[in-house]
Amino acid sequence: MAEILVLAGAEESPLRDLAAYRAAGGYLQLERARAMSPQEVTQELIESNLRGRGGAFFPMGRKASFIPSPDKIAKPIYLTVNADESEPGTFKDREIMLRVPHRLLEGCLIAAHAIQSKHVYIYIRGEYLAEYEVVEAALEQARAAGLLADVEIVIHRGAGAYICGEETGLLESLEGKRGQPRSKPPFPAISGLYASPTLINNVETITTVPKVLEVGPAEYAELGAPPDSTGTRVFCLSGNVKRPGAYELPHGITVRHLIEDVGGGVTEGRTLKAVMMGGSSFPVMTPGDLDTKLDANSLGSKGYFIGSGVISVIDDQTCIVQFALRVAQFYMHESCGKCTPCRVGTRWLVQLLRAVEAGTASEQDLELLLDVCDRIIGKCLCVLGDSAAMPVASCVTKFRDEFRAHLEEGGCPFGHDSTLDGLFAPVDQQPQPGLNQVAVVGRAR
Amino acid sequence: MTELHDEIQQVKTLYPEGARSAVLPALRLAQERYGWLSREAFEEVADALELTPAYCMSVASFYDMFHLEPVGKHMVEVCTNVCCGLVNAQAVFEAFQRELGIGPGETTPDGEVTLRAVECLGGCSTPTLVAIDHRYRQSVTPEDVPAIVEELRGG
Repeated sequence: MAEILVLAGAEESPLRDLAAYRAAGGYLQLERARAMSPQEVTQELIESNLRGRGGAFFPMGRKASFIPSPDKIAKPIYLTVNADESEPGTFKDREIMLRVPHRLLEGCLIAAHAIQSKHVYIYIRGEYLAEYEVVEAALEQARAAGLLADVEIVIHRGAGAYICGEETGLLESLEGKRGQPRSKPPFPAISGLYASPTLINNVETITTVPKVLEVGPAEYAELGAPPDSTGTRVFCLSGNVKRPGAYELPHGITVRHLIEDVGGGVTEGRTLKAVMMGGSSFPVMTPGDLDTKLDANSLGSKGYFIGSGVISVIDDQTCIVQFALRVAQFYMHESCGKCTPCRVGTRWLVQLLRAVEAGTASEQDLELLLDVCDRIIGKCLCVLGDSAAMPVASCVTKFRDEFRAHLEEGGCPFGHDSTLDGLFAPVDQQPQPGLNQVAVVGRAR
Repeated sequence: MTELHDEIQQVKTLYPEGARSAVLPALRLAQERYGWLSREAFEEVADALELTPAYCMSVASFYDMFHLEPVGKHMVEVCTNVCCGLVNAQAVFEAFQRELGIGPGETTPDGEVTLRAVECLGGCSTPTLVAIDHRYRQSVTPEDVPAIVEELRGG
C-alpha cells in the first residue's frame, strides 16, 4: 500500500480550509518544531535525507545546515520558496498549491525556524494566478490565526520567464532585475537574496517537511528507495497515456509500472516510442529502459535524471526530430542570453534541426548537431544550455536512423502524420535576430 | 499623486528599504491598469519607484507577460509545448486562428482579442491547456473553440 504524504487529505478534494487542515493534524508539526531548537529540526531533515524535488536533488537538511546562525552574521536570513514551476511536463507544484496550500505554509514556517529566518518569500510563476490566489487566501487565514508568529511570508509573483526557476535567476528576479543567473560561488546560503544568507527550496520539498517530522526522520528515511531516494514523489504523468495525472508514489517504482498500471498504458492504438524523463531538459528514455526504477541512482546508472518527476509518453506516431526541434525551440526562447554557448548554441540547434526536418541537412550536420551540444554542455553559468543540449544529443544518438531517414527521403518520413506535426513555437511569434523565417514544425519543406 | 503611485508605495513596503523588488509587481499594476506598458506607463512606474524608465523597460523586456505594445482587451494563450502538442494542441491553436481570423501573436482588428502561443503552462495532464485572460481552461478541444470565442466577443 503506497503511502500518500504530500497530498494527504486532499486525494479527493482540495484541503484549503484552515480548520479542516488543522482537524487533519495540520500545524501540529510546526508547534512541535518550534518547541525544538533550530539545530534539532535541521538534524531531523538531514536524517530523513529529504532531497530537493525541483530537479537538483540536493539534500535539503544539508543545504539548511550551510546557513550561518544569526549570531554569526549581521544580516537577515531569508527563506525563498521556488514556486516558479515551468519545466515542460511539470505540474506537481501547481497541484500541491491548489490542494494543500496550508501544508506548504506549514513547511515554510518549519524551515524558517530551522534556519532562524523571519523573512519568507514564495516566488510563484506569473502565469499561476489561481494558485497565487489559493496560497494567498491560505496565508491570510494562517496570519489571522497567529500561526506566523514573528515570521513574515510574502508571495512574489513572477512575470513569465523559465530561467527564473534557476535559483540565482530567481534571486535576481526577486531583487527586481532581469532574471539572469549569477555565477556561483558564492552560493545562496552565504550570499543570496540581497547578498544575505538564503535557503532556496522547491514547493514540493518544503511541503514534504511537515510530513517528515510527522512520520519521523528515521522512518521517512526508510520509505521509497533508501538510502538516497527517500520518501514519496508527486510524479507528473502526461503525453500519450490513457490516464495522465499527478500521482504521489514512493521513489523506486518502475517507469513501466507508472505508465502501464497507474496510467492505464499508452493511448489506444499506439505504442511507446520514448519517454520524456524528468522533464524536457534531460535525455529521452527508450523503451528498453522502461523497467528502470524511479530513483536517482537507478536512473543515473543509465544516464537518466529524475528531474522534477516528469514522465511524458511519446508515442510511435511522433517524429523524434520534431520533438527535438520543439524542445530546442523552447530553450532558444528561454535562454537569458548571458552566456554565449547557450545563447548562440540554442539557435544553432534550432537551425540544424529545422534543416534535418526539412530534409535539407547532410550527414555531416548530424555530427555538427552533436558537436554543438558538446560545446554547450558544462560551458555556461547555469544548466539551461545543458538542458537544451542533453535531450537533443540523446535524440540524435538514440534515433540516428530516424534522423538519417529524413536526409535520405528529403523530408519527414511521417509526412504530415506525426503527432507533433504543425506544432507552433512561441519563439517564432516575434522576429529573432538571425532567424527571420517563420518555422512551423513539420512544415518546413 | 495618482492611484497607481499609491498602490506602488504600498507594494514597496513588502520588501527591504532600498530594494528594487517592487519593480515586477509595480509593472504588473501598471499593465493591469492600462492594458500594456507604454512609455508613459514606464515613466509613472519609474517615478513611483525612484528608478529610471530605461531601467524599468530593461526589466520588463525580459519577461513574457509584460506587453510592450498594445494588446487586445482579452488574451487567449494556448500552450504549444510538447506535452500539449502530443495530444494535438496544434489543432486547438489553429481553431483559434481560424475562428478569430488572426495569426500567432496578433490582435483582432477591433482590438478585442489577442492570440498567443505560450510555453508550458503546467497543465500537462489536462491538455490542451488554454489561458483565457489568465484563467486556465483545461482539456480544450478544437470543438470547444467557437464557444470560447463567442463568449469573449459577447463579454
